Amino acid sequence: MRLVEHLPALLVVVPLMAAPVCFVMRRPVAAWGISLLVSWSCLAMAVGLLALVMQGGPISYLLGGWAAPWGIEYRVDALDAFVLVIVAAIGAIVALAAKRSVEHEIPEERRYLFYAMFLLCLCGLLGMAITGDAFNLFVFLEISSLSTYVLVGLGRDRRALTAAFRYLVIGTIGATFYVIGIGLAYMMTGTLNMADLAVRLPDVAHTTTVQAALAFLVIGIGIKMAAFPLHLWLPNAYAYAPSISTAFLAGTATKVSVYVFLRVVLGMFGGTGLLKAAAVPDLLMVIALIGMFVGSAVAIWQADLKRSFAYSSVAQIGYILFGVSLLSTTGLAAGIVHLFNHALMKTAIFLALTAVFMRTGSVRIDALAGIGRRMPLTMVAFLVAGLSLIGVPLTVGFVSKWYLIQAAVEAGVWPAAVLVLLSSLLAVVYVWRVVEVAWFHKATEATMKVTEAPLTVVVPTWVLCAAVVWFGLDATGTMAVARTAASFLSQGIAP
Amino acid sequence: MNETTLVLLAILVPLIGVVPIVLADRLPNLREAFSLITAGLLFAVVFSLWRLVDQGARPEVVVGEMLPGLPIAFSVEPLGMLFALIASFLWIVTTIYAIGYMRGHHEKHQTRFYAFFAVAIASTMGIALAGNMLTLFIFYEALTISTFPLVTHAGTEQAKRAGRLYLGLLLGTSIVFQLLAIIATWIIAGTLTFADGGILAGKASDTVVAVLFAIYVFGIGKIAIMPFHRWLPAAMVAPTPVSALLHAVAVVKAGVFTVVKVTVYVFGVDLLVGIDGAVWLQWLAAFTIIAASIVALTKDNLKARLAYSTISQLSYVVLATAVLAPQSVMGAALHIAAHAFGKITLFFAAGAIMVASHKTEVSQLAGIGRRMPWTMTAFAIGALSMIGVPPTAGFVSKWYILQGALDAGQIVAVATVVISTLLNAGYFLPIVYAAFFRKETADGHHHEHGEAPWPSVLALVVTATGTVILFLAPGAMLELAGAVIGRS
Amino acid sequence: MEIPGLINYWAVVVLMMAGLYTVVARGNLVKKIIGLNVFQISVFVLYITMGKITGGTAPILAEGIRTYSNPLPHVLILTAIVVGVATTALGLALVVRIQEAYGTIEEDELAEREAEEGA
Repeated sequence: MRLVEHLPALLVVVPLMAAPVCFVMRRPVAAWGISLLVSWSCLAMAVGLLALVMQGGPISYLLGGWAAPWGIEYRVDALDAFVLVIVAAIGAIVALAAKRSVEHEIPEERRYLFYAMFLLCLCGLLGMAITGDAFNLFVFLEISSLSTYVLVGLGRDRRALTAAFRYLVIGTIGATFYVIGIGLAYMMTGTLNMADLAVRLPDVAHTTTVQAALAFLVIGIGIKMAAFPLHLWLPNAYAYAPSISTAFLAGTATKVSVYVFLRVVLGMFGGTGLLKAAAVPDLLMVIALIGMFVGSAVAIWQADLKRSFAYSSVAQIGYILFGVSLLSTTGLAAGIVHLFNHALMKTAIFLALTAVFMRTGSVRIDALAGIGRRMPLTMVAFLVAGLSLIGVPLTVGFVSKWYLIQAAVEAGVWPAAVLVLLSSLLAVVYVWRVVEVAWFHKATEATMKVTEAPLTVVVPTWVLCAAVVWFGLDATGTMAVARTAASFLSQGIAP
Repeated sequence: MNETTLVLLAILVPLIGVVPIVLADRLPNLREAFSLITAGLLFAVVFSLWRLVDQGARPEVVVGEMLPGLPIAFSVEPLGMLFALIASFLWIVTTIYAIGYMRGHHEKHQTRFYAFFAVAIASTMGIALAGNMLTLFIFYEALTISTFPLVTHAGTEQAKRAGRLYLGLLLGTSIVFQLLAIIATWIIAGTLTFADGGILAGKASDTVVAVLFAIYVFGIGKIAIMPFHRWLPAAMVAPTPVSALLHAVAVVKAGVFTVVKVTVYVFGVDLLVGIDGAVWLQWLAAFTIIAASIVALTKDNLKARLAYSTISQLSYVVLATAVLAPQSVMGAALHIAAHAFGKITLFFAAGAIMVASHKTEVSQLAGIGRRMPWTMTAFAIGALSMIGVPPTAGFVSKWYILQGALDAGQIVAVATVVISTLLNAGYFLPIVYAAFFRKETADGHHHEHGEAPWPSVLALVVTATGTVILFLAPGAMLELAGAVIGRS
Repeated sequence: MEIPGLINYWAVVVLMMAGLYTVVARGNLVKKIIGLNVFQISVFVLYITMGKITGGTAPILAEGIRTYSNPLPHVLILTAIVVGVATTALGLALVVRIQEAYGTIEEDELAEREAEEGA
């Protein structure tokens, strides 16, 4: 039983230790094997933790035995466990598909770097979700960010370098804003434990220091989660990174940042009454709605599909934030469940694009002419995930939309509900233009020679698609978790 | 077999049928045999279900919970039964017709055609037997998406444009309006299960109910009410069997069926009568009927004329429902059946003409009755049913609609029906007249031809006969339609 | 105004703004990295300042001393410095790669070359 007690620490330590091993081994196949093993065991641990938390309530783990709030506490409640499962699951699926795609896109002498960075990034993301200490969170944030910059910079297009650089500059500013915010909050409370902060902040909420802290935190995390209009780093980073990096990052990085937003801004400042006073919810809703439209609209006009779906991610973050901005249990649950749902479908889309890139050498829309017949498995998977982005019933996208609308109507913001629905029509356009090209355009000479992608890429894509349909058919499980997490969060929010 | 199995089979049979159809891709005879067998099996299933419902059974099946508190569930009631019977029977006929048509027309991708056709029918069954609004919505969307490849079958630029319009209008209205209305209903009523007398009575203010009803109506784009009607003429680019079964029966009837369902089982007729919530809909339906008829008069393309005729006929059902009198609601149910048989006959005939003579325009049809006597006789019967003349099914349904409107003193509805009858006659009778009594024009467009391939002719003779039989022996149809308004 | 007492905080603000301005306004990628460093250093100063208590000494238990500075922020900032160094190193490595790939590290020239490529 001792091992089970140490699950929270193991979840972070295992990938952290495995990364240097990959680095030392240098042999790409061995590195891939290690990352596969590690990512799947992380998934097993995360699922185990979720089961434990859903049964027995939050778990607290004191690092090194130092009592909270002085020592670093790892705290796992329903929300943490849910995010852990999302990250670990996407990591595991991507690790499966990584080998062939990495062989295709990254020169041999740098492949081991990809796996080392992949594991570091996984470690950072899991750490962000599991830690209960605000400063420790910053450390994990930087671990994941630094490795992300490398993952982006490994792209074989030279524009990947500038994209990575730009991401590095903006990302560092975001992370530094976060540290400033935490520092200011620490000044007034003398604690870094998030649960402790949530208790102490309301007493000092009237000080400008705490108010400034909130402002710094919102902006800093806003950059990290690519919320409109702080999203400018994202499209290029996603477009020029190696396809497999994009698939991993699209499903995890921004999701974890949203989680941090929930944890820090709502969890810590929810009780202070500052959110409503500073009109954070209203602001967030406006930003979310604009983000939905701008992201989707820009996505329609992109010739590069990775870029197009990167913009779609900006829009989807908008949906999540819209749910969050309502601050009701339903709204938060809708946002949280969309974290999971969007991770599934967006990773599926980017994996399908990875497959396309492997076979055609391009993801520009005209390179896909007539590819529906050449790569039927890949493109049908793309279609399923695309329908989910639109929000068609029997897919997870529908579940998200249902609860978002329900939350909006419950909150009495009818116009916003209509806007959310209208913006999802834009998704019809940017998904369907691909469908038209893939199935109704005549195959060009280049695409005539294309064959189906290797099974190691197709199977992971289909696993995600199966999940998209499965959790769309029966959303009771995911909604139960999301509701538990949401009600815990919304309890802490001052009316 | 028990009721539960039958209900599930009604949806599963066509879905499972897809598998052998796809597997027999390279063996056309076998593939089409599978299509026919599937269609036959489905009808057998639906027929035995009807026997049970006829004895008073109301089977209910809960498949599983999809969202917390919201199951996917089926329940069989008379209106859905009537719809399922019509659709499954006409699927057999359409399959026979399609065999002749698709081969005669040398269409490509026939396997895809038969496969998606089966999926579309499965979706239609799901709509007909849905036990709550969520289930209905799921199959409603599935129907839209599964018919998209059928609309764009030709793959031409025109087909793609039509596909965009089709998807845009149908998905657009359903996502923006219908889904919103459903979720609002769920919040207000706490349930989405269809119930006699509705689920909204006494739970919301009159204004909310009225607005919600409007959102529902506009959210059901498949009824092709103006201004959301453009997808229907556009969809005519599809192969004729698709236009015939899907865009004269399954898809559009799914729309009006949903409207009737929502009116009767979500709102409840009494609730809407109490607040005059549907008066505006009468006006809108009346406008659509007249306007579409006038547009039909101007169309020379035969399928386009039929499409506008469908738009107008669909609004009959909406109008009859909006009158909210028991007789007229029954008339609405009857009209779903009557129009199905009549309009499918007309489309079959149009397709047969296209296959045999390559003619698509009304003005080319002079004298064609002598070359294709069976086809044009069937066409004439279908046209008479559209106008509402005995001895055709259209007369029966119109009778009930008019009677209901007169009883309720709804002059708008009565006037509309009368005027549109004249207009119907105006755009159908000249075709029949020209086909039989005018000489072929010598514009060099002819070639020697007789009837279309025999399966097509057989199919249209069957549906034309059906149109007459529904007039001569309307017992079963009246019984089911009567049960909708609680008359046994 | 207790400007002398708050002088460190004023320094923080000045450094922060100067750093951010450099990041935004300078087109040279190396200068951007320098700006980023200045920006981060302002935060280090912020943390170190908040841990200091007037009259406090280093937190080592000793006879007769009652006032200690808070060591925690100082330790935290050690971590942050490490992170900052790593970021700088990675940033500079990227600049080197960019120089190799494009032959320039001026932002406007990079944008020009990328625009040509995109067309």
